Amino acid sequence: MSVFAPSQPSDIASGTAAFIYGLRVAATSVFALVITVTYLGFGALAHDYGLSVGWAMLSTVLLWAGPAQVILLTAYGAGTAMIETAVAVGLSSVRLLPMVVSLLPVIREDKTRLWKLLVTVHFWAVAVWVEATRLAPGVPREHRVSFCNGLGMGLVAAGTIATGVGYYVQSALPVLFGAAAMFVTPLSFLISTARNARILLERSALLLGLLIGGVLAYNQVEYDLLWTGIVGGTIAYLLHRFMRRREVV
Amino acid sequence: MTFGMEPYLALILLGFLPSEVWRWVGLAIGRGLDENSEMVLWVRGVATALIAGVVARIVMLPPGALATIPLEIRIGALAFGFLAFLLVRRSAFAGVIGGEAALIGAAWLYAG
Repeated sequence: MSVFAPSQPSDIASGTAAFIYGLRVAATSVFALVITVTYLGFGALAHDYGLSVGWAMLSTVLLWAGPAQVILLTAYGAGTAMIETAVAVGLSSVRLLPMVVSLLPVIREDKTRLWKLLVTVHFWAVAVWVEATRLAPGVPREHRVSFCNGLGMGLVAAGTIATGVGYYVQSALPVLFGAAAMFVTPLSFLISTARNARILLERSALLLGLLIGGVLAYNQVEYDLLWTGIVGGTIAYLLHRFMRRREVV
Repeated sequence: MTFGMEPYLALILLGFLPSEVWRWVGLAIGRGLDENSEMVLWVRGVATALIAGVVARIVMLPPGALATIPLEIRIGALAFGFLAFLLVRRSAFAGVIGGEAALIGAAWLYAG
């Protein structure tokens, strides 16, 4: 059995239909709510730090990685050195690498042009990765890139609008909103990854990542995310192999 | 002005490039892989552990306004949200709304 077994069959016959299906998934996904709240908070934060609304919205379109955007913004406010800022942003976005590597073979065709894939993967963040990993296998392979584009562009559009709105309503937002907006990131990452975790590999990776990541972050270990991903992911994979050999999976 | 450079230039050089480069490297590696290969399975484990690591990091070392809420409340609200997700037909909406309600409610009680 394939690990990427379809969870929702679909009779999509054209790229446009796949794109629209992607937009529909974006609109009804829990991530529509999560991204709206996250970026209302980010827009308000950008206002606090004295950046322009154009800068804030462009950062959502260009970075499309919540934690990295917050790091960039706070580095600006604190006057952090350039190299230090770039390294911190880069480390926080390392998760994008394994996400792209594991989802790409599911959605591409041999003939898919490189520039098309470059555009598609730009929209990949946890939200798109989670929803596409779950739903893309149910879309005919030749339309999976279009499906991902609809899903990704729909969510980026929602995030960009929310950034602009958050910027202007900043003064009207309750004090607790900023904290609640930042909390929605870990909360939704945990729940959506748990929802997708159907096999031992993913479940153990999730649990190990929380434990290792928690201990490393608590002790403020350098490169905590890198270690968490490599050590947690490798142990989970070895566990999966071990159990599979014993045919207990 | 901070960053030592113009904000839009900083957005590209210190924000977009250091973040986007991971997507490009992922594209270079993932293009040649088979979806049922052992490599993809392992990377899937790494991706999942990394996302869990981001969860742990934000809860343990929160940025900005979230830092004003005590650690016990942050962990408790995360656990409450997860429980709500499990109890309400594995609904991600229930989990997110439950966790947020727990955070706001507990923070409000704590402050008051």
